[in-house]
Amino acid sequence: MSAKRIGNHRFITLWRIIKSGMQNLVRNARLSVAAISVMIITLGIVLFSFLANATFKNTLTKLTDKIDVSVYIKDSVDEKKRDSLIAEIKNISNVKSVDYVSKEQALDEYKKANENNIELLLAISQTDNPLPASLRIKPVDINKIDEIKAFVERPEIKALQSDETSYSGDRREAIDKIAGATRFFQKAGLVAAVVFASISMLIIFNTIQMAIFNRRDELQIMRLLGASTWYIRGPFIVESVFYGIISAVIAVSIGYSLMAVATSAFDTSSVGILDIKFANEYFLNHYWLILTSLLGAGIIIGAVSSFIATRRYLKFKTSK
Amino acid sequence: MILLDRVTKIYNRTNTALDRVTLHVEPKEFVIIIGISGAGKSTLLKLLTKEEKPTSGKIIIGGLDYDKLKDSDIPMIRRKIGVVFQDFKLLPNKNVFENVALALEIAGYGGKEIRHTVPKVLDIVGLKGKEKSKPSELSGGERQRVAIARAVVRQPKILIADEPTGNLDPKHAWEIIKILEKINRYGTTVLLTTHNQNIVNKLRRRVITIDDGRVVSDRANADYSVHEKPAESKVKK
Repeated sequence: MSAKRIGNHRFITLWRIIKSGMQNLVRNARLSVAAISVMIITLGIVLFSFLANATFKNTLTKLTDKIDVSVYIKDSVDEKKRDSLIAEIKNISNVKSVDYVSKEQALDEYKKANENNIELLLAISQTDNPLPASLRIKPVDINKIDEIKAFVERPEIKALQSDETSYSGDRREAIDKIAGATRFFQKAGLVAAVVFASISMLIIFNTIQMAIFNRRDELQIMRLLGASTWYIRGPFIVESVFYGIISAVIAVSIGYSLMAVATSAFDTSSVGILDIKFANEYFLNHYWLILTSLLGAGIIIGAVSSFIATRRYLKFKTSK
Repeated sequence: MILLDRVTKIYNRTNTALDRVTLHVEPKEFVIIIGISGAGKSTLLKLLTKEEKPTSGKIIIGGLDYDKLKDSDIPMIRRKIGVVFQDFKLLPNKNVFENVALALEIAGYGGKEIRHTVPKVLDIVGLKGKEKSKPSELSGGERQRVAIARAVVRQPKILIADEPTGNLDPKHAWEIIKILEKINRYGTTVLLTTHNQNIVNKLRRRVITIDDGRVVSDRANADYSVHEKPAESKVKK
């Protein structure tokens, strides 16, 4: 047999294994549907955890960015004193940045925030600028704000301030909530994915065990006719890999449809703490990554479980 | 072609299936193996197809020393030896053509070769025109012919027929034997086991008699004479 012919034979055999695997999938329709359904749930959970995780992280970053400590400065503090105060604050290790907001800037911002309240604007324009200048301190870590707090509350610093320091307290609570939710979803997602992946594997395992049992005569005949291990085993593995591929495509399609429906249904763009709009954008921007990851996960689940099942239930050894 | 040297097969302490069997079969020979049920005929054939391993002794077939073969070589051996079984072992959901084609598919033949070869072999066994029939639509004799076609389609050097006529009436049985002779004339070594006295007497070939795991006689141009001994001694335990 020439090398070319052997190569050709290998190709034909591979093609036959794949074809036979696909035929088995159709032939075992009922079992296939069960295996695929559980696999869709598994991959759906993986997809949901993935999106929820990305969305919460994004919300968290956005909120963290907004958190700051505002120190209001008396009008009597001169430029020199102010600059040395800024320098001192910058020396605190947990400080990311310090922005100086002058009286004029503060007034502009205030006017902008209340541009519809004409009476208020009128009242302000008739007096001197009532707003103090301030320093906006952004912390590196929002959970370690105490150091900054201790500094601004020192009596000599306190003496320079016109008002009580503001800590964006309400936002902090929201941040804690979201950070907690993120941790919860990461853990719950992981546990659910592992549990359902195991269930998928067990179901595929059973599906193959039943298929081998149903076809034991045929498999024995093929073996007697000289079929190689892979010729008999291959179709079962191909079948399970197809479960994974089909499930991944369906899971992503379901995810896509749900996202589209949810985005158009909720005008507010966020339900509770879940930012649907961002989740949808993230999903669309990472479409291919998500699809290939789920395909990969589905293929691995299918291949591993069928590999173990065929190893266990197909006997290839000669009896001694 | 086939060489067995003091081959022993012990299943367990109370069951010795073969006891130091030595025999030699030349290429292109037609050999009949007779013996009552449980004498060790089936075990002998299973050793040749490597469904079983001998407990001791040497088996060399077509120059291949079975001791030196790995489990992964078994498919290669089975593709070189055609086997026909008493219960046909056809796939019920495949038609005649597909059943025969399976043997070629397993060996990696291309579709073109398969479409070319299968009809020729079906013609040899007299099943031209039955390609599309399912095994359930065929008579016992026809089913066995499908099985023979499947066994010889890869042109093996050796054809093992394990009681191929066991489930057939005399007329169909003899047709099957004639097909085996035809295949033998083409140059294939044929090993036939049978209980059928008429067939053995009619064929006048080399007859090897196995009893209680031993070769008790090996005669050329022989008739069926397994009943030389009293029947009681052949019944095991």
